[in-house]
Amino acid sequence: MGDSIVRAEAVNKVYSMGEQRVEALKDVSLDVQRGDFVAIMGASGSGKSTFMNILGCLDMPTSGSYWLQGENVRELSKSELAEVRNKKVGFVFQGFNLLARTSALENVELPLIYGRVSAAKRRERAMAALALVGLADRAGHTGNQLSGGQQQRVAIARALVNEPAIILADEPTGNLDSVTSVEIMAIFQKLNRQGSTIIMVTHEQEIAAFTKRNVVFRDGRILSDTVVAHQADAEQVGGQL
Amino acid sequence: MIEFLLSLKIALRALRTNKMRSFLTMLGIIIGIAAVIAMIAIGSGASKIISDQIASIGSNILLVLPGSRTSGGIRLGHGSTPTLTYEDAKAIVAECPSVALAAPIVRGGAQVVYGNMNWSTAVMGITPEYFSVRDWPVVDGRKIVQSDVEGATKNCLIGSTVADTLFGSENPVGKIVRVKKIPFMVVGVMARKGRSPQGADQDDILFVPLRTAQRKLFGSQFPNSVAAIMIQAKSEQDLDRAEEQVNTLLAQRHRVGPSRDADFTVRNLTELLDVAEQSSKAMSLLLGAVASISLIVGGIGIMNIMLVSVTERTREIGIRMAIGATERDILLQFLTEAVLMTLIGGIIGMLLGVGGAKLVSVVFEWPTLISLQAIVLAFGFSGAVGIFFGFYPARKAASMNPIEALRYE
Repeated sequence: MGDSIVRAEAVNKVYSMGEQRVEALKDVSLDVQRGDFVAIMGASGSGKSTFMNILGCLDMPTSGSYWLQGENVRELSKSELAEVRNKKVGFVFQGFNLLARTSALENVELPLIYGRVSAAKRRERAMAALALVGLADRAGHTGNQLSGGQQQRVAIARALVNEPAIILADEPTGNLDSVTSVEIMAIFQKLNRQGSTIIMVTHEQEIAAFTKRNVVFRDGRILSDTVVAHQADAEQVGGQL
Repeated sequence: MIEFLLSLKIALRALRTNKMRSFLTMLGIIIGIAAVIAMIAIGSGASKIISDQIASIGSNILLVLPGSRTSGGIRLGHGSTPTLTYEDAKAIVAECPSVALAAPIVRGGAQVVYGNMNWSTAVMGITPEYFSVRDWPVVDGRKIVQSDVEGATKNCLIGSTVADTLFGSENPVGKIVRVKKIPFMVVGVMARKGRSPQGADQDDILFVPLRTAQRKLFGSQFPNSVAAIMIQAKSEQDLDRAEEQVNTLLAQRHRVGPSRDADFTVRNLTELLDVAEQSSKAMSLLLGAVASISLIVGGIGIMNIMLVSVTERTREIGIRMAIGATERDILLQFLTEAVLMTLIGGIIGMLLGVGGAKLVSVVFEWPTLISLQAIVLAFGFSGAVGIFFGFYPARKAASMNPIEALRYE
């Protein structure tokens, strides 16, 4: 287990809404190794988003343990959690979530700003990340000057600029058409081949086919955890479309 | 904490995004600071007028006036009995240790004639001490000296108004003027003194030696009496003691007792002016308070807009937090924005306030005093308003739950 990136053990999450107690997660355990590419699937309300929030250190489990790169997250203070999010986690959202009226480059620089990286280093690393997603020539464009697919690629560049231990993507293709979705998946596959560990929420079987491992949630529990027998190649599929 | 310049840049961008709103929010601070600066400038101008007038009377002054007389059951007013004498003045200096100088004066009015010009002016009989007590120099010629008083010479000194009126551009020193048909030689011209606290022209005056006035100009049934004695105490601290000593001495000399009312009054002039100064201070305090209220109202406006802005930017806050911003980072971001707004407003308000004060001094001929202290104070105050009223909205932004913030539509 030396190279375990994510280790969740018997994680429970209970929300109390007034009188009502909602058990969003029940005894969920998951282990993700370095270099893995996991799709988390399930109907809405199955607990997958709650699980992602806990993996991303945005939320705390009610009980159970979660180690991120060997570090027990429960023992961290709020500002230490912010630092973990900054250094070890890269988020990609369904709605892109770029800052408005801010250039692609500045959006990608944002994690480096909060990571206290010097201005010159910031620029260099942000440009490299943009180049990795093929948007080096759009660095000066703001969100509304970019297409949806381009915006998501900027968001991916922002997620990987700090070289995080894990990239968490919450339905990254949910707002995109199928051609663009495959393009985005091609980028994720490329990053994964270069060594990035990726966990992605999706409810589309075709998208999940591009990953290496599918975990299905139902009613707050893990229903199945299967290795994808024949991982589809997004480059290839994209060529055929 | 992220770099200062960077957070300034982020705050500036946020303010530019809503230019009109930012400006309107600043307007409260602009008006507040402009009002504070202008009010303080106008108020300290008023104080300066008063302190100049205090200086024009002379410092640490007591005034001894002859008292009232009761005649057949009817009490007459001050000065109705001419009981003060030159000898009283001499005794006061000799016997009261806290008194530095005593200057007896005799007053009257007369028509002064020079050649074909004539002018009605105040005439005052004085001794050389008078110039020291009033701190009033001669600009041309010489003063009246002790030998003038003893010899009752027909030498006179004229104030600048009299000099201008009778002589125009001519040099008055050495010329002969007639006062009540008696020829006097002008031996000197006094420096310009300006207006008295009551608004009278202090330069419209002619000085003659005390004895001359008593014997030749205002001869009465009491030839040795004086109209008042001006007394200068050795220092400000000695003023009260001097007043007591003068009272005791004169009571002895005038045999005041159970059967005899005091026939003199000792007045402390600086005290009267202190009251005037106090009231002008109270006035500027009041003006400052009114102006401060507008500053507080401006601050509430800032708080209001910052709260709106925090709500509007909930999603942005969520993104920043997910990416690794700490609560402190978010708090400082919004605080910087609020303080930047008040400081920019403060600078604009300062310029307007200084301009307004200058305008008042030009249009209403009212002296205004713009002190660096007031400007620094107003600037500091506007920053403090930003921190105070920006803190709550910034705190609200920083304490958001990132998950809910990200979900916010």
